[in-house]
Amino acid sequence: MKSSHVLAWTIAASLALAATLPAGAADPVKIGFVTTLSGPGGYTGEDIRDGFQLAIDEEGGKLGGVPVQVIVADDHLQPAAGKAAVDKLLEQDKVKLITGMVFSNVMVATVPTIMDAGAFYISPNAGPAPFAGKGCNKNLFVASFQNDAASEPAGLYSNQRGYKKMIVLAPNYQAGKDMINGFKSAYKGQIADEIYVNLNQTDFSAEIARIRDEKPDALFYFLPGGLGIAFLKQWAAAGLQKEIPIVVTVFSADGRIVSAVGDSALGVTLTGHWNSDFPNAANKKFVAGFESTFHRLPTFYAAEGYDTAKLIASGLRSVGGDLTKADAFRAELEKAQFASVRGAFKFGKNHFPIEDWYSMRVVAGPDGKPTIRTLGKVVSQLSDPFVAQCKM
Amino acid sequence: MHLLIEQVLNGLQYGVTLFLLAAGLTLIFGIMGVVNLAHGSIYMFGAFVGATLAARTGSFPLAVFGGALAAALLGIAIEFTIIRRLYARDHLDQVLVTFGLILCIEEAAAWIWGRTPLFAQIPAGLSGSLHFFDFTYPVYRLVVIGFGLASALGLYLLISRTRIGMLIRAGATNRELLGALGVNIALLYTLVFGLGAFLSGLAGAAIAPLAAVQTSMGEQILIVTFVVVVVGGLGSIRGAFIAAMLVAMLDTLARGYIPLALKGVFSASVADSLGAGLASITIYLFMALVLIRKPQGLFPLEQR
Repeated sequence: MKSSHVLAWTIAASLALAATLPAGAADPVKIGFVTTLSGPGGYTGEDIRDGFQLAIDEEGGKLGGVPVQVIVADDHLQPAAGKAAVDKLLEQDKVKLITGMVFSNVMVATVPTIMDAGAFYISPNAGPAPFAGKGCNKNLFVASFQNDAASEPAGLYSNQRGYKKMIVLAPNYQAGKDMINGFKSAYKGQIADEIYVNLNQTDFSAEIARIRDEKPDALFYFLPGGLGIAFLKQWAAAGLQKEIPIVVTVFSADGRIVSAVGDSALGVTLTGHWNSDFPNAANKKFVAGFESTFHRLPTFYAAEGYDTAKLIASGLRSVGGDLTKADAFRAELEKAQFASVRGAFKFGKNHFPIEDWYSMRVVAGPDGKPTIRTLGKVVSQLSDPFVAQCKM
Repeated sequence: MHLLIEQVLNGLQYGVTLFLLAAGLTLIFGIMGVVNLAHGSIYMFGAFVGATLAARTGSFPLAVFGGALAAALLGIAIEFTIIRRLYARDHLDQVLVTFGLILCIEEAAAWIWGRTPLFAQIPAGLSGSLHFFDFTYPVYRLVVIGFGLASALGLYLLISRTRIGMLIRAGATNRELLGALGVNIALLYTLVFGLGAFLSGLAGAAIAPLAAVQTSMGEQILIVTFVVVVVGGLGSIRGAFIAAMLVAMLDTLARGYIPLALKGVFSASVADSLGAGLASITIYLFMALVLIRKPQGLFPLEQR
C-alpha cells in the first residue's frame, strides 16, 4: 500500500497551503507544474514533483523566501493534454512561471505557447535539440541535460574501457535514434550491429540470441522504463550477465528500474549526472530529507525536481517574488547560483547545462539489494553540440 | 544452426504465452459473443498478484496458482456485475464498457501497488541455463514452454472430454438450443469468463519473472493476442493454439533474421532500421493474407 506516501503528500500539501494562509501576506507566486503522473511513465513525474515539493517544504511553503503556490496538472504523456494544461495555466491562473514536464514530445508541443505568452519555462528533465540551437529562447531554461549530450558520456566511457566492438540497441522511434546517434558521436570503436526494437515489445529473446551470436565486447542500449526491465531480466536469464558487459545511460537504469529488476541488474554500468551517493552537502541533505518524507530512495528525476526548485528559489529571491521584473529574474537564473545536488553546475549561453558526467555501477548494497554506486568522473563540464548555433 | 534452434525455442516460448492469453479471449468471444478489451488488464492483475505472492511467500507454484486464481475471481466478479448486462448489446457498447474497465483496473492497480514496476524474479532453482554440448538455453524459458504446453493439453482435455467442455462446445455452436434444453446459460457464461480470466492470469504470473510487471503491460500484449484470435478463427481453441504458434514463430524469426538478410543488400545502418520496421509488420501482413484467403480465420467455428 502507498498510504504512507499519500499521507506524506497530504501533509506536505496542507503545510504548503497553511503557509499561504496568513491574512495580509503578499499573494503567493503561482508556479504551474505540468508533468506526467499517469501511465507506466507516471513514476517519473511523481518523483520530479516530490523532489520539487521537498525544496518548498524545507522553506515552509516558500522558495527563496517568497511564498509559492504550485498548481499541478497531469499531461498523461500526451502533447495535446499538455498543451491544454498550459493554456489553462496561462489564461485562467495567470501563471508566469511553468515547470515540470518529463517528456520531450510534450515539451516541444507546449514551450512555444509559453514563450509567446512571455512566461518562463524551466525544464526539470527533457532537453530536446530544437530548443538548444537556433530555437533557443531567453525565457527557456533547461536545468537537466540536453538529450543528445546525455548519451555521449556512455560512448566516452566505452572508449576509456577499450571496448573495440559494440552492439547498440534502442526502440525504433525518434528518441531512441537520438540516443544512438549521441552514443555514436562519442564512441570510437566499431559498431557491429544496430538493433531496433518495437516500443511495445515485451519479449527480447530474438535480439538477445543475435547479440550472443555476434559476441561483441560490450552492449549499449537505450530502453526506458518497462522495456529496460524486461530486457535485463531476459538478458540475465539467458546467462549473458557475466559474459557481455552492458553500458547504458541513467534513463535505462534509474533507481526504480534497478529495484524492479533485482539481482539481474548487477554489474550493469551506467553514465549519469547524479547519484544518491554523491558526497556534496546539498545532496546529503536532499537524500536524507527525501527518504524521511517519502520513505523511498530518490531517483535522478527527484534530484532534478529538487534542483529546479532551488534554481527557481534563487531567481525569486533576487526579485522578491515579483515576476514582472523579468529581466532581473532571468539574469539571476543565468548565474545558476544555487547549491546543486549534482555538484558543479552552470548554464551555457543557450540556457542548457554545462555539467559533469559520471560512471556508476549496479552493485549489491549492504542489505544485499542492488544499489547504484558511483565509480568516477567520465567527463567534466560537458556542454551540448548545438550551443554554437544559439544566437542569444 | 545454434542460432536457429535458439530462435525456434524462443518462438515456442512466446507462442505458449500468447496461446494462454488467446485461449481465454477466443472462448469469451466465441461462446459469449463479448469483445473483452479488459482481458489484458486481467493478465496484468494476475502478474501483480503473482509477483506479490512470490515476494511474500517465496513459493513459486503458490505465486503462479494464486495469480491465476485471483485473476479468475476478478473475471467472475466482472462478469457477474458488468459483462452480464452486455450480452444483448452490440459490440460497440461492449468495447466501450470493457475499455472503461481497462482504465478502472489499471488505476486501481496503481493505487494498490504504486507506479513503480514490481520486482519479480526467476525462482532460485530455475534461474540457470541449460548446457547441451555448446548450446545454451535459459531453464526458465524451457519451464514456461513445458508449462504452457501442459496447460494447452489440460484445456484440450477439459473441452473435449468433460461434461462442462461439452456444454462449452455446445454453447459456442448454438446457445439458444442449449438454453432450451434446460442448461443454465448464465452460470455457464460466468464459468467460461472465469476460465478465460484464469488462463490469462496464469500467463501473467508465469511470465512475470521475464517481463516488466507494471501497469499497461496488458495493453502491450493485447493487440498481438487479438491478431492470434482473428487468425485462428473466433471461438476456436485449436485455431488459437496453431495461430499462436505461427504468429510467435513468425515474429521471432522475422526479428532475428530479416535485419541479417537485408545486410546483404543495404548498408548496415539502413538494413538495421529497415529490418526492424519490416519485422514489426510481419505478423500483421500475415493476418491480412490469412483473412484474404479465409475471412473467418484458419479454423472457424460452425455457427448455426
